[in-house]
Amino acid sequence: MAGIPHDHYEPKTRGEKWLESRLPILGLLHSTLTIPTPKNLNWMWIWGIVLVFTLLLQIVTGIVLVMHYVPHVDKAFASVEHIMRNVNGGHMIRYFHMNGASLFFVAVYLHIFRGLYYGSYKTPREVTWIIGMLIYILMMGTAFMGYVLPWGQMSFHGTAVITGLFGAVPFIGEGLQTWLLGASAVGQPALNRFFSLHYLLPFVILGLVIVHIWAFHSTGNNNPTGVEVRRTSKEEVEKDTLPFWPYFVIKDLFALAVIMTVFMAIVGFMPNYLGHPDNYIPANPLATPAHIVPEWYFLPFYAILRAFDQDVWLVIAVNWLTFGIVDAKFFGVLAMFGAIVVMALAPWLDTSSVRSGRYRPMFKYWFWLLVVTFIVLMWVGAMPADGIYPYIALIASTYWFAYFLVILPLLGVLEKPEVPPNTIEEDFVSHYHEDDGVAPAATPAE
Amino acid sequence: MTMRFTRSFGPVLALALAAGAANAAGEAPEVTDFHFSFEGPFGSYDRMQLQRGLQVYTEVCAACHGLEYVAFRNLSEPGGPMLPEDQMRAYADEIEVWDPTLFDGEGDFRPATPADHFPRSSLSNAPDLSLMAKARAGFSGPYGTGLNQLFRGMGGPEYIASLLAGYEDEPDCAFDGPPMDGFYNTVFTAGGFPDSCKYEDGTHKVPGSWIAMAPPLWGDDVDFIDGSPTDVESVAQDVAAFLMWTAEPKLNQRKQAGLTGVIFLTILSVLLYLTNKRIWAPVKGKKIA
Ligand code: HEC
Repeated sequence: MAGIPHDHYEPKTRGEKWLESRLPILGLLHSTLTIPTPKNLNWMWIWGIVLVFTLLLQIVTGIVLVMHYVPHVDKAFASVEHIMRNVNGGHMIRYFHMNGASLFFVAVYLHIFRGLYYGSYKTPREVTWIIGMLIYILMMGTAFMGYVLPWGQMSFHGTAVITGLFGAVPFIGEGLQTWLLGASAVGQPALNRFFSLHYLLPFVILGLVIVHIWAFHSTGNNNPTGVEVRRTSKEEVEKDTLPFWPYFVIKDLFALAVIMTVFMAIVGFMPNYLGHPDNYIPANPLATPAHIVPEWYFLPFYAILRAFDQDVWLVIAVNWLTFGIVDAKFFGVLAMFGAIVVMALAPWLDTSSVRSGRYRPMFKYWFWLLVVTFIVLMWVGAMPADGIYPYIALIASTYWFAYFLVILPLLGVLEKPEVPPNTIEEDFVSHYHEDDGVAPAATPAE
Repeated sequence: MTMRFTRSFGPVLALALAAGAANAAGEAPEVTDFHFSFEGPFGSYDRMQLQRGLQVYTEVCAACHGLEYVAFRNLSEPGGPMLPEDQMRAYADEIEVWDPTLFDGEGDFRPATPADHFPRSSLSNAPDLSLMAKARAGFSGPYGTGLNQLFRGMGGPEYIASLLAGYEDEPDCAFDGPPMDGFYNTVFTAGGFPDSCKYEDGTHKVPGSWIAMAPPLWGDDVDFIDGSPTDVESVAQDVAAFLMWTAEPKLNQRKQAGLTGVIFLTILSVLLYLTNKRIWAPVKGKKIA
């Protein structure tokens, strides 16, 4: 693709020439598959492929499920049971789809934290990062709406709680909530529109994924050193990179097979472990479950939402300064969305001249503290909001914001980074050829 | 360093998964970790136990509870109680179902056919039991992490069996207050609880709460033709196993598919690992083995 010099596709047979002169699709496929990829990518660079695979898995299983599902408040629950009991292979397809959502989020979180550690969001990859964040937000929306469809107790009451958040927006809140639900409460109109959007959004995600890939194929992949591929000549490029096929395709497929083995074990042996048991009870508007808990992948942000209650001085101050317009509930909503916004702004908040966290001695500690914070938030999000838990949630939420808004900007000034290697080749050689210090003449097998 | 980063994510992932199950926070009931034949990756239903459970359900529970998602034909399908076809038909024939098309559209009762579903609960406050074993699967501790579920296979069937065997005499503290509705059960936590049995900070002095279901099992409630024990705990386990089947009728098939898939994918992983190693060997300056 654009940036990095590499061989271009030459149509050879008459058929290829015929097609290529009318639609250069073979050239596109060729350059996508042979794109020069940094030699030194480690195992954290596999999650992209896993995510693409999972998206396709969700789309394919989802299309089959839709053939049997009925989006009606009186029939939705029974139609899911029909899939589980009577449709050929239906129980497996449904469990794949249900746990596929969890796989999706495991992979996306690892993918995002990979990007945060190795500075993949930094210039010139800001657009890739922003599109990634859009995909992530759409994923959350899609997963949320999908969870509504079985019309179990958690589907119903979870929807009531989450759409209720929009009711917290000052002045227009109530109208907004009614507009979202198509009625004043969760019911048939909400179920219909969530079903429609749950089918639509994955294809929007697919489109954005293509743009995401296009963007980083133009800039080239980041890599663990954060040093760019040399691109003054093709020879230099070949010292720093290897073609995507076969080196990274096979590597990624191997990783994917291992992950699918684990996934298969979860689907086969404990498919309901990650779900909430209450969703096996049909929705009943009159009986609210004791603890309404979102799916595990929402818990960190749910914890942030609940962390800012009316006893926090910041909330009190903001409430006073805005003449009561921003109350605790609305503050929580702002914090929840803000937590994602600050992450999306990372490219402009990080002031360090060094890209990869590997060469940033202070950054490393703060980064791992962020990972721990994320896990703590996930755990505390599932706990009831009383006793010590709100304090833990508040501390962890504060660190989440501090990391992006204070620590990333300051570290660039305060930290003295180590010197990264000059080239990717140097890094690769020091890793694999410590004895002789020279790279063997690599002749990529085509 | 590279490796360090990659490796450190293992525990992170494990923790994240554990947090996922931290759904069921609350007072942990006293559930016994019964052993069921269908636990673990290789477990499957014990056909005879399911047949005994069906008998208990029919003779005891069906008086109040329904099984609206289960069809009579399911009783002879693979991976279930597998009643012989004629027995299943005879069983259905004994049960009256409401058919709204009969009697010129006014509806009437008729004997059930294999395609019909079990009737719904006849007692309005008795919940349907079809999915109960899955709907009560998430109580397991410690600290709501669901780890007992993961490592000891504890779930809904353990809960149901413990619930049925969990009736006890009312604790002394209950007599200090106004009389309670229902029956004291050490496992049920969602029911009424007398203030006289709470400490000042609101925590409970005794486990469980008061449930609206009268103790359904007393021992020797049924006669099993295979001579299996009929004490409360055994019968409770039989009916709990049966209710696990009504909730997850494809469990045997699912585990079989899971096992086949895991074996196949493991072989595929090994092959891809070897391929990957071979492709990269010249680049990494290693000899091809
Ligand atoms: C006399 C009627 C009656 C009979 C017989 C009966 N039940 Fe129940 N059962 C109830 C009622 C009523 C409830 C609701 C209890 C409540 O919510 O307090 C209930 C609740 C339950 C629950 C749900 C407990 C929970 O956690 O919410 C289970 C499980 C259950 N019964 C299983 C059984 C089984 C198994 C049998 C047969 C061995 C049985 N019942 C026999 C009336 C009955």
